[in-house]
Amino acid sequence: MLAKINLYLKSFLFLELLKGLSVTGRYFFRRKFTIQYPEQKTPISPRFRGLHALRRYANGEERCIACKLCEAVCPALAITIESEQREDGSRRTTRYDIDLFKCIYCGFCEEACPVDSIVETNVFEYHFENRGENIMTKEKLLEIGDRYEAQLAADKAADAPYR
Amino acid sequence: MIGESWIPEFLMPIWEWLHEYVQYTIFSGVKALIILLPLFIVVAYYTYAERKVIGYMQVRKGPNRVGPKGLLQPFADMFKLMFKEIIIPTNSNRYLFIIAPIITFAPAMAAWAVIPFTDTLVFADINAGLLYILAMTSVGVYGVIIAGWASNSKYALLGAMRSAAQIVAYEIAMGFALVGVLMVGGSLNLGEIVAKQSGGIGHWFFIPLLPLFFVYLISGVAETNRAPFDVAEGESEIVAGFHVEYSGMTFAVFFLAEYANMILIAMLCSLLFFGGWLSPVPELAGDSIGWLFGKTAFFMLLLLWFRATFPRYRYDQIMRLGWKVLLPVTIFWLAVEGVAVYFKIGPWFG
Repeated sequence: MLAKINLYLKSFLFLELLKGLSVTGRYFFRRKFTIQYPEQKTPISPRFRGLHALRRYANGEERCIACKLCEAVCPALAITIESEQREDGSRRTTRYDIDLFKCIYCGFCEEACPVDSIVETNVFEYHFENRGENIMTKEKLLEIGDRYEAQLAADKAADAPYR
Repeated sequence: MIGESWIPEFLMPIWEWLHEYVQYTIFSGVKALIILLPLFIVVAYYTYAERKVIGYMQVRKGPNRVGPKGLLQPFADMFKLMFKEIIIPTNSNRYLFIIAPIITFAPAMAAWAVIPFTDTLVFADINAGLLYILAMTSVGVYGVIIAGWASNSKYALLGAMRSAAQIVAYEIAMGFALVGVLMVGGSLNLGEIVAKQSGGIGHWFFIPLLPLFFVYLISGVAETNRAPFDVAEGESEIVAGFHVEYSGMTFAVFFLAEYANMILIAMLCSLLFFGGWLSPVPELAGDSIGWLFGKTAFFMLLLLWFRATFPRYRYDQIMRLGWKVLLPVTIFWLAVEGVAVYFKIGPWFG
């Protein structure tokens, strides 16, 4: 009986509604969390998995030895590799394609690579304007690697103590 | 002659040459524009305010890109909607599909004709103002129902059906709440109802009619299909309800009508229960149109606040609230009021 009266009192005095309104009313004056994206950016981890790149050694030699571990581990079958013997007798890729539409950015290729050749940069602002541009060829990947080498090396160094 | 004091000297010969009916039409048209153009601006900025207020309550910043502080956002939205294609679905009823937004829009605008802004500033000072308002706000729902039916879409039809049942339930509670106002005010003329409340905050009708005021506010929110009663739209359940299939200007017209109705409800709340343009303390500050706008702005903010706070009612809960709570409350309070009128209680029933 008393509980019922209590319930009626509660609902007819709008107690719970007022409680809700006061919560939103308080939040109205809170500091806002919005990040104004192109001007402000959230911090990025050195492990961030963005656009792919192929790295080189300091002497300019490409790292990739065409072991095809990345191709084997890729869960989305996004990587296609063909390889041949180069004139100096070393095994090198003749084709190294990543289909970015298939890629799920899991980072397994980077984990699998024994020579730290295929890596994922922290670049996430990129786009394609034509069909076929989603296929990253060996040339494109190497070019990206050259461009972001300083950043990549720094990220690797920052993450090294935890591996 | 009509509008003699308003026409500039050099136009007088042309004005006199016009037929009396033409004069009347032009004069009324201009008066209507004077009310409706500011209304459109307010609607535009009400949408902006809604996005800002809800954004702030969700710890976001809301639109702030178009113009300083995002103040030009409503115009960007308007131009976008104007230039978008109006898609008419296959097997829809073309004629009804186009006419539905107009049926919603026209009464939402027409209702403003009888709203008094001050004791002299009113477009049509008719004696059945309150009745006219009730009629106009109910006609709008036909547009919603027709839109849902004409769209040839199950979601639209569901939204329209929900809206129809909801309006039937809440229209009655709303009507009864206004009967209460009628009993205290003793008139259907909105100007006279406000005039009856003069004499400071103690004379305003929200004190003797507090339950009816809450009923009116709740059913007003339900009537305009706003959260938490927005089952007709219910974007998380039935996409966008009755206006899923509408795009471009047809959608914009629905939008305009909805917001104009919200402003209307807010203004009616302040006119009927909070003394309109009357000052709360007449000894300190005189009556002015500013009071009306201030009170209206408060209720407009309240509607946005509700939307940011309350989750949507389930359909059966809406029906329960309408029929089993609001309706008995209004009837009970009408009886209480009858007693109060009989004994001439307080400054209100004297």
